[in-house]
Amino acid sequence: MQKYSVFSLIKNAFSDHQNWEVAWKDPTPKKEYDVIIIGGGGHGLATAYYLAKEHNITNVAIIEKGWIGGGNVGRNTTIIRSNYLHDDNALFSEFGMNLWRKMSQDLNYNVMFSPRGIINLAHSDAQMNAYSRRGNSMRLNGIDAVLLNREEVQKLIPMADFSDNVRFPIFGGLMQPSAGTARHDAVAWGYARQADSMGVDIIQNCEVTGFDVTNGKIVGVRTSRGDIKAKKVGLCVAGSTNILAEMLNMTLPIETHLLQACVSEPVKPLLDHVVTFGAGHFYCSQSDKGEMVMGGDLDGYNSYSQRGNLPTLQHVLTEGIAMFPFLSKLKMLRTWGGIMDMSMDGSPIIDKTHIDGLYLNCGWCYGGFKATPASGWTFAHTIAQNRVHELNAGYSLNRFNTGDLIDEKGLGTKTWIS
Amino acid sequence: MLYIFCPHCGSRSQNEFAYGGDATVKRPDLNNEISDQEWNNFVYLRKSPRGKHLELWHHISGCRQWIKVERDTSTHEIFKTYKADELIE
Repeated sequence: MQKYSVFSLIKNAFSDHQNWEVAWKDPTPKKEYDVIIIGGGGHGLATAYYLAKEHNITNVAIIEKGWIGGGNVGRNTTIIRSNYLHDDNALFSEFGMNLWRKMSQDLNYNVMFSPRGIINLAHSDAQMNAYSRRGNSMRLNGIDAVLLNREEVQKLIPMADFSDNVRFPIFGGLMQPSAGTARHDAVAWGYARQADSMGVDIIQNCEVTGFDVTNGKIVGVRTSRGDIKAKKVGLCVAGSTNILAEMLNMTLPIETHLLQACVSEPVKPLLDHVVTFGAGHFYCSQSDKGEMVMGGDLDGYNSYSQRGNLPTLQHVLTEGIAMFPFLSKLKMLRTWGGIMDMSMDGSPIIDKTHIDGLYLNCGWCYGGFKATPASGWTFAHTIAQNRVHELNAGYSLNRFNTGDLIDEKGLGTKTWIS
Repeated sequence: MLYIFCPHCGSRSQNEFAYGGDATVKRPDLNNEISDQEWNNFVYLRKSPRGKHLELWHHISGCRQWIKVERDTSTHEIFKTYKADELIE
């Protein structure tokens, strides 16, 4: 594989950039693989990469019904953080933060990781107390957290609404300085390129139509490009999890919902951090191109449509304008939607299933992108060793049965209420 | 924007409604022994199909009645709406 560097960039400039190697191949599916990963998104690509890198399992195929990176890894708002209250989420995400910090070097691909810090705004004394508890919990888990008062927030984001007569005055906020953003497409492409170079087959335009299970053991998958045998199969399909689960006669604690995001026209640099509104559900950051990247609530009813509905967008942007009044002056450049696998406690599932050789990775709700490296790493471990790693032991499928929920936000089973 | 036909009020915009989730989920009968598995199925497990989905909506800014809506989850086409206690074949 050609190494990307400033020298290869200069060298290729002389030939007008016509002689770059393809970043990954377009193979025809083999008859049989040791492991098939279904879903060529961030998590699937990362899983294949860590299977090859950490466990020397390279007879692996990634099967993707569309094109790699065309789902949620290319549709999110690129936020990376580990500001969680509960140990399971905090330790898992912080493990991921460490992978993010060295990802560009690891993958020899610039993922533009930008640890610019995230600020969660608080709008009441009660919320300040809750944030102080969350911040203390984070620090006990070795994660950086700073509780900011109103004046400190004003210094960092003076463009927020600090006037007297507002419905939700800013009392302060909780900041994780090491949180940030990364270029989401580059993450998918970087993992794909490295996985391909280690022998993983990336098979695009190949839809799974069924599974072959014999005596409680998975033996292969049926696809639009023929039957493929496999010793082990991992599902990494986010919003399409329930569709595949139905083929396996499984019912999961997951509902599929639509989440929208949008960007404004580009403006000069004005927002240095990721900021979330505390009195509703809205978050905002500024991309390197200058666009304000924004997102918020689910559309609010089960949906597989991958495009959003206007009332929700209007509601979310109303919150945005309450936080940053200047947003009302900007034109909207693009809006889009992705379908989320909303779990019943808001936390993900990375586990084995009752079918031998079948592994499940789903339930990422609002937080799939930032989990990409940690999810791939732990899922690869779970598949390779046929047992969960301690980092994903809490993300069991059975926890709903035993009552060991990880209810980070305490929202209950109404997944569409945020 | 969805337009939902409320069987009590007629066609109204989605803004008047609150969503109530899968209408096919059945609470286990009262006063019977039930297993943890049955309770788990009721509280947590959902089919969440792509295609036809029977769901509850609450006409909260209208007549405040709960209704059932049969809707396609990928096209958002609404096929039929029912009163909450209406029998559905």
